[in-house]
Amino acid sequence: MIRVQREDFDCGREMAALTRGNTRIGGLATFVGLVREVPMTLEHYPGMTERKLAEIEDEARRRWRLEASLIIHRYGRLEPGEQIVLVATAAEHRAAALESCAFLIDWLKTKAPFWKLEETASGPRWVEARASDDEAAARW
Amino acid sequence: MRLLYFAWIRQRIGRHEETVERPPEVTDVDSLIAWLRNRGPGYAEALKDASAVRVAVNQEYVPLKHPVRDGDEVALFPPVTGG
Repeated sequence: MIRVQREDFDCGREMAALTRGNTRIGGLATFVGLVREVPMTLEHYPGMTERKLAEIEDEARRRWRLEASLIIHRYGRLEPGEQIVLVATAAEHRAAALESCAFLIDWLKTKAPFWKLEETASGPRWVEARASDDEAAARW
Repeated sequence: MRLLYFAWIRQRIGRHEETVERPPEVTDVDSLIAWLRNRGPGYAEALKDASAVRVAVNQEYVPLKHPVRDGDEVALFPPVTGG
């Protein structure tokens, strides 16, 4: 499941909803990305964002046997400490859940069309893509 | 063609989107970027380094040699930084 939204989300509620009624699930892995240090505005490409996130989720479900998965990504202006992204994957056992969760956030970072504009002390600054993110995505 | 710009490419060009008639010499992404550079100083500044520009045609990532056709949605943007 994919959600792209301006509003915040409640991790506990999302995790409960994702696993409710499915007792085959023995492991639930989550990753939550937070805004560090300075406020930022997240811009995205409506339409393509949802398409790419759905493709990435499909790829995870091809590679691992998952019982449930969820990606929530926010856009708009966010303050330090606010939640940006939630990736949650549920499987029978922990390995599939943990690996697919790491895969999803690594691929999301290099493929989903989002851009961060940070409000630094010296003025607004577009965050630059990092080679280490490409390397993290390539290991899968 | 519908052209979309994001992040600092949008800021330098000064608009988020526009619809243009495809000139005959524009046949692929490369020639589209070359043509756009002549539309004004903001375009030239935004697109001076094609290696810093990522391109999606009809919402799929494509290389610079990918063809563009009438009616395509072409988006130009910097490398993505979400997550």
